[in-house]
Amino acid sequence: MKKMKLVMVGNGMAGVRALEELLKISPDLYEITVFGAEPHANYNRILLSPVLAGEMTIKEIMLNDVDWYEANGIRLHLNKKVVKIDRVRREVVAEDGTVESYDRLLLATGSNPFILPVPGKDLPGVISYRDIADTDAMIEAAKTHKHAIVIGGGLLGLEAANGLKLRGMEVTVVHIMPWLMERQLDRVAAGMLQKSLEDKGLKFALEKHTAELVAGPDGRVAAIKFKDGSELPADLVVMAVGIRPNTALAESAGIYVNRGIVVNDTMQTYDPKIYAVGECVAHRGIAYGLVAPLFEMAKVCANHLAHMGIGLYKGSVTSTKLKVTGVDLFSAGNFTGGPDTEEITLNDPVGGVYKKLVLQDNKIIGGVMYGDTADGSWYFQLLKDKQDVHDIRDHLMFGQNHLGNVGHQGQNKAAQMADTAEVCGCNGVCKGVIVKAIKEKGLFSLEDVRKHTKASSSCGSCTGLVEQLLASTVGGAYQPADTAAKPMCGCTDHTHEEVRAAIRANKLLDHEATYGFLEWRTPNGCASCRPAINYYMLSTWPHEAVDDSQSRFINERAHANIQKDGTYSVVPRMWGGITNSHELRKIADVVDKYKIPTVKVTGGQRIDLLGVKKEDLPGVWKDLDMPSGHAYGKSLRTVKTCVGSEWCRFGTQDSTRMGIELEHDLFGMWSPHKVKLAVSGCPRNCAESGIKDVGVIGVDSGWEIYVGGNGGIRTEVAQFLVKVATHEEVLEYSGAFLQLYREEARYLDRTIHWLSRVGLDYVKKHVVEDAENRKALYARLKFAVKDYADPWRERAAGKVAKQDFEMLSA
Amino acid sequence: MSTTELELPAATQMKKICTLTEIPRLGARVVKTAAHGNIAVFRNADDEVFALEDKCPHKGGPLSQGIVYGKRVACPLHNWNIELKDGCAVAPDQGCVRSFAVQVQDGTVYLDI
Ligand SMILES: Cc1cc2nc3c(=O)[nH]c(=O)nc-3n(C[C@H](O)[C@H](O)[C@H](O)COP(=O)(O)OP(=O)(O)OC[C@H]3O[C@@H](n4cnc5c(N)ncnc54)[C@H](O)[C@@H]3O)c2cc1C
Ligand code: HEM
Ligand code: SF4
Ligand code: SF4
Ligand code: FES
Repeated sequence: MKKMKLVMVGNGMAGVRALEELLKISPDLYEITVFGAEPHANYNRILLSPVLAGEMTIKEIMLNDVDWYEANGIRLHLNKKVVKIDRVRREVVAEDGTVESYDRLLLATGSNPFILPVPGKDLPGVISYRDIADTDAMIEAAKTHKHAIVIGGGLLGLEAANGLKLRGMEVTVVHIMPWLMERQLDRVAAGMLQKSLEDKGLKFALEKHTAELVAGPDGRVAAIKFKDGSELPADLVVMAVGIRPNTALAESAGIYVNRGIVVNDTMQTYDPKIYAVGECVAHRGIAYGLVAPLFEMAKVCANHLAHMGIGLYKGSVTSTKLKVTGVDLFSAGNFTGGPDTEEITLNDPVGGVYKKLVLQDNKIIGGVMYGDTADGSWYFQLLKDKQDVHDIRDHLMFGQNHLGNVGHQGQNKAAQMADTAEVCGCNGVCKGVIVKAIKEKGLFSLEDVRKHTKASSSCGSCTGLVEQLLASTVGGAYQPADTAAKPMCGCTDHTHEEVRAAIRANKLLDHEATYGFLEWRTPNGCASCRPAINYYMLSTWPHEAVDDSQSRFINERAHANIQKDGTYSVVPRMWGGITNSHELRKIADVVDKYKIPTVKVTGGQRIDLLGVKKEDLPGVWKDLDMPSGHAYGKSLRTVKTCVGSEWCRFGTQDSTRMGIELEHDLFGMWSPHKVKLAVSGCPRNCAESGIKDVGVIGVDSGWEIYVGGNGGIRTEVAQFLVKVATHEEVLEYSGAFLQLYREEARYLDRTIHWLSRVGLDYVKKHVVEDAENRKALYARLKFAVKDYADPWRERAAGKVAKQDFEMLSA
Repeated sequence: MSTTELELPAATQMKKICTLTEIPRLGARVVKTAAHGNIAVFRNADDEVFALEDKCPHKGGPLSQGIVYGKRVACPLHNWNIELKDGCAVAPDQGCVRSFAVQVQDGTVYLDI
């Protein structure tokens, strides 16, 4: 089949990102041609600031060099400005006469700097700040001239001023408004920013209207005159007073333009063969000037160019981060508030910290942070997810606190860490490596960093630090993902919730049916979605859905935990942590017979046999003749118990018996993630019930039930759910809570992750207040675990999966 | 019938391993060999068969125990994705393990070792 022709005009960040997305999903659909007015391949425009500041070189900020175009079969016309679009013949014409015809045209012409219409604006020495040429001009000027004026106290102007200062010039920033960055900052934060920039040697002339630029004897600009009659010397004037979407080309072709090139939610212009992305477009009346929304547009556009017909761009909320080394500043959303908003502020002028959050209906709608921006990304995430913050309002200001809990020496301010400081304790990745990868490989998202450096890809406790590094390296271009609408994985655009709903509504019982019905992009998923789908089917249709063992992680397939050398560990179940001489003797015999190298008492009150060969597993299980402890599963792990009233002199309740009953009740329960319980016999809480998914504490008059606790990477204290009187009630409430979690949480959510999304009130409503619903939930759980066959016994008897444990020989 | 796209020696000169059905679909079996250590023989959803040294290029994890999808396997230890055809890690990870020619004839799997 003959390929369709795609022509792109504008070789900038948004357009090339759209091509990258397109090549990812549909590499062979188009023959692609690109026109760029600049003589350079694709570079990271936002890093021009560090180039100007002397912190990076042009070479380091290239995103895709010429080889990339060649490798992907893209014809590249550099240094050729397109001057005409002939929509009837479907051709574009460049300045030098080059003609290319198209089936689809993609406009990504970016924007032009706005030039103040004052006398002298065209003098030599007056420039704007947009591309490599401008940056070079500034670097040259700094070598030979002294006085720089930057007109415009916004993001771009301040970054230019900072760079010129570092290059040795005397810099004054002229701004028309009473304070800097008025569109991103409130007055207090702007004041603090100005102070710290003044400490770096910058000067400011606020509320000054430029009247004229005056030439010197050599014809070059020499001074700037203001409307109030005052004057400042100037051998270099940088205009950074805003940008205007570059729409001239589109307009000349009769494509509808209003502020920018008008596009619909699929990034299509009024001519259906012509798409547009980037700063040149106006979407729902808004023209964006930051990278993050442009990347979202690029993704949607690529999807439609690839005829996938899915994905709509619905606009973006943006956040800002100033990329001036040593200045920590963050703002997002509506930070000025309105009649029905509330504000929480923290102001410490001596410590140089200022934070303001604006709330409406218990949701964050905006915020400004200066000095300590560690939690900027977290707030921004809460904002985008529209999460109800009522429950956490008290300590909202003090941040997420998940940064630096364990594993990185309590560090929580990325900017202050040394390059050699370890950020990711799991994979041993230090700050310098991450920053280097972000810059050199042109990374913009957490996912990218995870893929390239492995940082934050294991336990995730350093996610906050990595997000800070991203934010301070690429500025506002970094946008935390919209977790609410995040697709499950690269195989689909559906979210976890959508997939689950479809499995329920359409009674999808096996993988093939699910992938087919939901139009998965891959024939049999990937290692990330397959286990999730398997769980969703099993939990929704117990006893009916097909449990596909090849879609389970090896531990759940082998019913043992794989170790780093490929051997396995075996942890037999000891109900409630109780054992006896008979079991211990069997364990001792097995250890001898199979020469098991390590025997360890686990934190879950049972015994772990480590270093068992896979072939030996069925034999070990047979000789042990004890049930599986599921130490390997996303399932019930242990119910830890204390000694309790049977022996303990403080005990008020028989916690051991309660624990054994719970463990039997929940045996065979698969869940989104592992589930751990504990029961203590009195509030001294020796079984540590406060950090368990379900923690039960005996009191004189009955039992208190706590939920959502977690030890480990980030310690979470369990929250009080209800107090009940009897053992039966403990079983029913705990079971109902866990069933709600099983039915609603995303795969790999621990109870706390899900709980913090839906809120404790929601859980109380369904589990505590609504008795009928509680009973129904509990009944569904009991149905799901009914007749569960112990997997070890089945395999020891050679009934199931025999081949899984046998080696072949050649 | 399925084969890999490598130049194949005649199946008769190769070692007989097992029948196709003895390898689970989207799974693998391990073949113990004297010369090359453990070799993982994979079968995908389309009944294509692949053979790789059972040793992840990252830290030596047993690839045979991973999740097989499409024409790849995800290592069980740290989730690197490895191409079944050539044993090479999917970018940005880097590294390859040895791959072996393998062939199915009349439902029997032959391995070239
Ligand atoms: C110094 C600086 C710092 C910045 N810092 C940040 C930041 O920290 N965070 C952030 O989010 N954003 C930042 N930005 C903004 C960001 O760079 C832009 O939002 C982004 O580059 C816009 O992408 P685009 O593809 O729409 O336009 P561009 O990247 O400008 O690409 C448009 C390209 O099209 C070419 N072109 C135009 N017309 C034609 C034609 N007729 N024929 C051929 N080619 C044509 C232009 O030459 C240009 O190369 C910064 C910008 C600058 C200049
Ligand atoms: C996300 C992070 C975690 C990972 C990757 C992890 C991993 C593991 C692994 C691999 C084992 C099994 C070792 C074996 O083969 O026997 C294990 C066991 C165990 N872990 Fe963790 N763990 C995590 C978090 C936690 C937390 C938060 C706690 C406690 C609060 C915890 C407590 C235990 C206990 C008690 C055992 C013994 C198992 C048993 O008796 O069933 N782990 N963990
Ligand atoms: S929690 Fe109370 S009952 Fe249990 S062992 Fe500790 S002191 Fe005794
Ligand atoms: S058992 Fe848990 S804490 Fe110990 S090394 Fe393994 S994952 Fe880390
Ligand atoms: S050993 Fe395979 S991913 Fe680490």
